[in-house]
Amino acid sequence: MSVTHDQMMQELDERPFLQRLGAFEWIWALLVVAGSIYAWWHYHTLMDGYEVAILAGTAIALVAWGWCWKPVRPYTLAVTAISLFAVWLYGTDIGARDSNFFLKYLIASQSAIMWMSALYVLATLTYFFATFTRSEFSGKVATAMTWSATVMGTVGLMVRWRESYLVNADFGHIPVSNLYEVFILFAVITALLYLFYERKYQTRALGGFVLLVISAAVAFLLWYSFDRGAHEIEPLVPALQSYWMKIHVPANFVGYGAFALAAMVGVAYLIRNAQEQRNPQAASGSVLPSLEMLDDVMYKSIALGFAFFTVATILGALWAAEAWGGYWSWDPKETWALIVWLNYAAWLHMRLTKGWRGAPMAWWAIVGLFITLFAFLGVNMFLSGLHSYGEL
Amino acid sequence: MNSPAQRNIPSRGTILLEFLGSMNLAITLLVTVAVASVVGTVLQQNQPYQDYIIKFGPFWHEVFKSLGLYDVYAAGWFLVILAFLVISTSVCIYRNAPNMVREMRQFRTRVQAVSLRNMHQVQEWHADVPVDALEPRYRAWLRQHGYKTRSADHDDHRLIAAKKGSWNRLGYIFTHTAIVVICLGGLVDGQLPVRVKEMLGQIQPETRDIPASQVPEISWLPEGNPSFRGNVTIPEGGRAGIAFLQLRDGYLVQPLPFTIELKDFRIEHYVTGQPKSFESDLVIHDPEREQPVEATIAVNHPLIYEGYAIYQASFDDGGSGLSLTAWPLSHPTLDTQKVETAVFESLEVETPAGRQTLEFESFRPFNVNPAPEDSDKQFQNFGPSFTYKLRNAQGEAREYENYMLPVELEGRKFFLSGVRENPNQPFFYLHIPADPAGSPQRFLAFNALLRDEARVREIAAETVRQTFSELRLQEPGMVEEVTATMGRLVRMFARGGFDGIVEQVEATVPEDRRMQVIDAYMKVLRNILSALYAEVLRAEGVDISEGISERDSRFYEDTLNAVTALPLYGSPFFLQLESFEQVQASGLQITRSPGKSVVYLGFTLLMIGVFMMFYVRQRRIWVWLQPQLEQTQVILAGSGERDRRDFEREFTQLYQGIRRAGESG
Repeated sequence: MSVTHDQMMQELDERPFLQRLGAFEWIWALLVVAGSIYAWWHYHTLMDGYEVAILAGTAIALVAWGWCWKPVRPYTLAVTAISLFAVWLYGTDIGARDSNFFLKYLIASQSAIMWMSALYVLATLTYFFATFTRSEFSGKVATAMTWSATVMGTVGLMVRWRESYLVNADFGHIPVSNLYEVFILFAVITALLYLFYERKYQTRALGGFVLLVISAAVAFLLWYSFDRGAHEIEPLVPALQSYWMKIHVPANFVGYGAFALAAMVGVAYLIRNAQEQRNPQAASGSVLPSLEMLDDVMYKSIALGFAFFTVATILGALWAAEAWGGYWSWDPKETWALIVWLNYAAWLHMRLTKGWRGAPMAWWAIVGLFITLFAFLGVNMFLSGLHSYGEL
Repeated sequence: MNSPAQRNIPSRGTILLEFLGSMNLAITLLVTVAVASVVGTVLQQNQPYQDYIIKFGPFWHEVFKSLGLYDVYAAGWFLVILAFLVISTSVCIYRNAPNMVREMRQFRTRVQAVSLRNMHQVQEWHADVPVDALEPRYRAWLRQHGYKTRSADHDDHRLIAAKKGSWNRLGYIFTHTAIVVICLGGLVDGQLPVRVKEMLGQIQPETRDIPASQVPEISWLPEGNPSFRGNVTIPEGGRAGIAFLQLRDGYLVQPLPFTIELKDFRIEHYVTGQPKSFESDLVIHDPEREQPVEATIAVNHPLIYEGYAIYQASFDDGGSGLSLTAWPLSHPTLDTQKVETAVFESLEVETPAGRQTLEFESFRPFNVNPAPEDSDKQFQNFGPSFTYKLRNAQGEAREYENYMLPVELEGRKFFLSGVRENPNQPFFYLHIPADPAGSPQRFLAFNALLRDEARVREIAAETVRQTFSELRLQEPGMVEEVTATMGRLVRMFARGGFDGIVEQVEATVPEDRRMQVIDAYMKVLRNILSALYAEVLRAEGVDISEGISERDSRFYEDTLNAVTALPLYGSPFFLQLESFEQVQASGLQITRSPGKSVVYLGFTLLMIGVFMMFYVRQRRIWVWLQPQLEQTQVILAGSGERDRRDFEREFTQLYQGIRRAGESG
């Protein structure tokens, strides 16, 4: 396994955590805190106590995230700069998205999302190209494309947030309220998780696989937008008007994203496994990482997903207790969340206590994605219930 | 003393415990619960039995019913599986937790060199420093890196045992305890007492739709019922001291120790017409208190009163008053009738098709729809509407939806009235053109005239005579014949519209002559119809000496279309809404769930536990120090169970660090 010089130096650093933080870390923290205070100062009249707490929590999480994983900083700064530019271009007129050049072709939410879509699909192809030609340069291009797509996707969400207020002040809400919006969130979160592992494990060979699932999400998004006009900003139904939405939905999508990533790593695992069984010698020269490493990524990803999914489901239950009159009603969405949870709980038990490894676990992770997909999409499509916010 | 053979035979209890706490059982149960849960999401739960019978047929209905598939999550077998999951988890905790707690505390200062050398990560070296000087340096370094250390002297060596991340084990205990706690808390809120009483036959759900006061004793729950989840709808100004609990195909009545009065209900809408918010001003009258308690609840903002939670769940009509005018559609005279009624009331009416029942179902004060493309506005308000059902003696009903105000479509105004035979169909709309006075009067007058055979004959005769004299035709027999044909055609048209005439021709005329006959009929029919229309206009006082205006002739076309659609409309009258008095009702959900705090405790344990388990990494390090003259032989060994890869890297780092720490003094 290759480890960069930077990483090595970082790990050999023996100073306690806080002393290890340099000037840049503190500047980062300062920027985030200043930005959050500005946001609070500007909008506190519109926020209730919980929302102020969520803002503070987000700021703390963002500082910590930027400290633990450096690329978060340029990513956040780029998103902030572009989003603010778009907000400034808009002023108070939603019509600007058709008249202003930058908005119309680049950074109005719908345009940004189209850029995101194009870049993710291109990045998928480039990753595969880089893997099969073993081209270092193409790999770097693919990574850059993925980062750009992720920035554009996040900008799309941020600008959409603002647009919802411009369309009609009554409509304004965080864009995680329907299937269209959460699909963008899904693509962005899955990509971020992948980029984290790409850097941590210093391999781009998984890029194509993971971005395949993101491309599938993009394909759905485009169909949903062009065929169903799902990108239109709609007002919130009363049940969704709650601060819970701001934490329940993103937590859920960290879970979904991680499960999707694990499944795609599972696919890579099975391919590598088949190669090794056919020809153990030649497999050492495979373009795919070692089985051991793939297994490790798969486990870590499922563990992360499971932890967040647990929190998300519990937050959902707390919200349900406030909105629907009971923390658990065996509503189809709730029940399917439980099924997904039980499935991964069984997977983790198998691995941690029975020590299962190898192809069966990879297959299971792939099946898990389909179960997750049903919980996420199928329930909305085929089953009725309280949780019908994104009907197809 | 027991012989070894005897000692090895475990008792039945041990075997049972072994089985219940086994991982295989646990995983099997996890998967079984998941699969069983699917059933309840695929099969819609707690629907009226009638729906299931229609869907599955009587045989499968009985099978599914006896398996409890209509209420899976309360079915005995499902609860048994859940109980097993709880037992299995409890046994698992019982067997493992004490060891884990012990292990968390223990440092394991008695480890042989052989075992150390067999560990996943080992390094050995010689340090030029004596043991006594080395030990504090190593321990200080380890402490600085988050390890807790303990050292012990043995015969020929000293062993430093260090560990960190013991909380990982606590994570295990937390998560597994959480599952048990959540399930037990859930059980408390799971209406268990109600289920037991039902099984014992002490209570029985009521299936008829009758007022609460008429519900027999056996369907009432005791007032002190500790956990339930019920609903009640209260009209503005009304009060309720009960809630209804859905139970399979019926309901139970839950009395409350207080009454809830709905003082006011407010609803706000977005410009799209979707509800933006709704809230109720409640007054709780509790005999235990002197002063009533006032509170406002809204979606996402319930009221918790004395352990009872009151939620804003829905809204409905509270029996709005409706003033209607009934216009006959199948009578030759236009005798209107005034009707004063209200939503949820019903009336008996005599119709040509026998006695029928009018059931008034709902009222909407406005209907916002997307505006047509060419309009500058995004949305268009169609105004108030109400719905009702017309039920015949056989119990079959048609549902109608009438708008109060004429709606503008393509520049003309129409009274819309929708009809459908079952709730899954879209409405088919009758478009009654509104006359210049904004009333359906002119259309209805024309329609009545069509059915007045004597008047039609008179007008037909007059028309024919006029035409003949204009054309200077002198065939006395023809006048009678054409007049009779006109009368017959008008009758057919009034009964079946243009289609009725075409059908009649198709049934009686040979194929090769049909087109010709239809053409001739239509010409004759048009003639008499326009004469009838002219008569209606004249009666209304419209001056048609200069011909009929474009607007009036457009109205005529719309009128004919509407008459053609009447047979599909299927009602002998048209109900026009003249005025209304809206009364709203608020749908409340009332719950009592004492297990909630227990469940929330479980949630907290689960969240903390999961993160501890995955992100607190357990590490154990041993440093074996054996004096060799002035030097020391060092064995550094460690284990990191779950993430060997990460531990490998960490260990390299640790080795370099600790070795350096020993050398620099």
